[in-house]
Amino acid sequence: MAVQKAEIKWKRLPLSTNYAVAYAVKDLDVDVVSAYPITPQTTVVEKIAEFIADGELDAEMIHVESEHSALSAAAGASATGVRAFTATASQGLELMHEVLHIVSGLRLPIVMTVATRALSAPISIWNDYSDLMNTRDTSWITLIVSSAQEAYDAVVEAYKVAEDPEILLPVMVGYDGYIMSHTYEPVLVPEDPTIVREFAPKNYDRIKLDPDRPVTFGTIADPNWYYEFKYQQVEAMMRALKKIEEVNEEFYKVFGRRYKHIETCCTDDADVILLTYGGIYGTFLEAVRKMNSNGEKVGVARLRTWRPFPAEDIVKALGSARLVVVADRAISYGARIAGPVALEVMSSFYGDPDAPQVMSVIVGIGQRRVTEKTVAEIVDYAFRVLERGRVPRESLYWGVRGVRYE
Amino acid sequence: MAEKELPPYNKLPPGAVVLEPGNMAERYTGDWRIFRPVLNQDKCIRCLLCWVFCPDDAFEIVEEPYTTKTGRRYKFSLKIDYYHCKGCGICVEECPVNAIDFVEEVK
Repeated sequence: MAVQKAEIKWKRLPLSTNYAVAYAVKDLDVDVVSAYPITPQTTVVEKIAEFIADGELDAEMIHVESEHSALSAAAGASATGVRAFTATASQGLELMHEVLHIVSGLRLPIVMTVATRALSAPISIWNDYSDLMNTRDTSWITLIVSSAQEAYDAVVEAYKVAEDPEILLPVMVGYDGYIMSHTYEPVLVPEDPTIVREFAPKNYDRIKLDPDRPVTFGTIADPNWYYEFKYQQVEAMMRALKKIEEVNEEFYKVFGRRYKHIETCCTDDADVILLTYGGIYGTFLEAVRKMNSNGEKVGVARLRTWRPFPAEDIVKALGSARLVVVADRAISYGARIAGPVALEVMSSFYGDPDAPQVMSVIVGIGQRRVTEKTVAEIVDYAFRVLERGRVPRESLYWGVRGVRYE
Repeated sequence: MAEKELPPYNKLPPGAVVLEPGNMAERYTGDWRIFRPVLNQDKCIRCLLCWVFCPDDAFEIVEEPYTTKTGRRYKFSLKIDYYHCKGCGICVEECPVNAIDFVEEVK
């Protein structure tokens, strides 16, 4: 049933991205929240606890002893058919890792937000995407957002996608720890959450643990059976690509904000297109707009849907460039091209004779500062590469002391 | 007995959930065997100890009268269900008259 666009009364609140997520969880009437604190995610579940204590959200809050338990508790709850939520970051996400596979394998539509953070050792509480990128192959649908408003919106969209009977996969919503998680922005939140609940109604009809109709969850599948269930996940993931697109459009019709797998600016006649993701996009966008007004042929794009990977959209959005520069904030150690998104962009163009060249740049590791000046330097370098006609076959580790690229 | 044809991926419930109870009977465990118990109907005295001890319920009592070479007559016989028999050898061990041979599976 399509929700009709109504006159929505909005509240304009100053919210950090963490709080925006908590508001979305409240407005979506989530039933079970499992919580374990980890910087910089903690204020998400703190705020949710406040909502529950104040009677604004009727949910069960489970305090657990680790992130492994946090996701396990959410899995148990979700298996009974209810709407479950949890949030984490960094080491917490790593500790959850085996449960990530279990949740997607059991096809439980849990939504989890990740305030991305660098990994130990050495200890860094600051931001990069090493944690989130490590979950690439866990069969979680993964969206990366770039503002507090978008985080609110993405969590709403996430439940609608996750609980769709055709999908039934968990969704991870990632955003920059600190840079976004603790930065306050104006966020529009509907005064009456009914509109959100009608947009993403709960799906209680899925297969679940129910005493009136017993089933077995968590079975063993021998070599004659296992592969078929994994192939089901392959298909569901690919179906999700279309589903996310549909939900984005539906969301636009109801709420008036439009999201895409990949967002672009100034790409039409650009020779160089930069591609990045998360909060850093704002800096890239601002820098590229200025360069454009100076007549430089440079465009910028932001990847929002990371898994499933929108390969066709990438080709459409970036195919007109001569050089695509992918700025990653995670390292796949030991790989010649070490940027996870760069690798995926290259594989999207594989076998296409008219494909642009792709260059991989690693920035912002452990929240190493990325400013408009950094972006301008990368663009300068990209144009020099075009002149020379020789694209580096290895990732560039931009800004490491002692490493210089001529 | 050969393996039954298994359903394609799109006919299986998501998440490997088992929707109906009591479905272990459908599970093909016959290919676990390295040794196969073979019952000698002539030696067998129908004491049913094998039937009692078999952990897989793989001994079936069938209403087929049998007369041994020495003239003993039985009203029923025993059959081994090789679709489920895992070849554990417990029946071979328990048989008081050594009526069950344990033969290597050769294909």
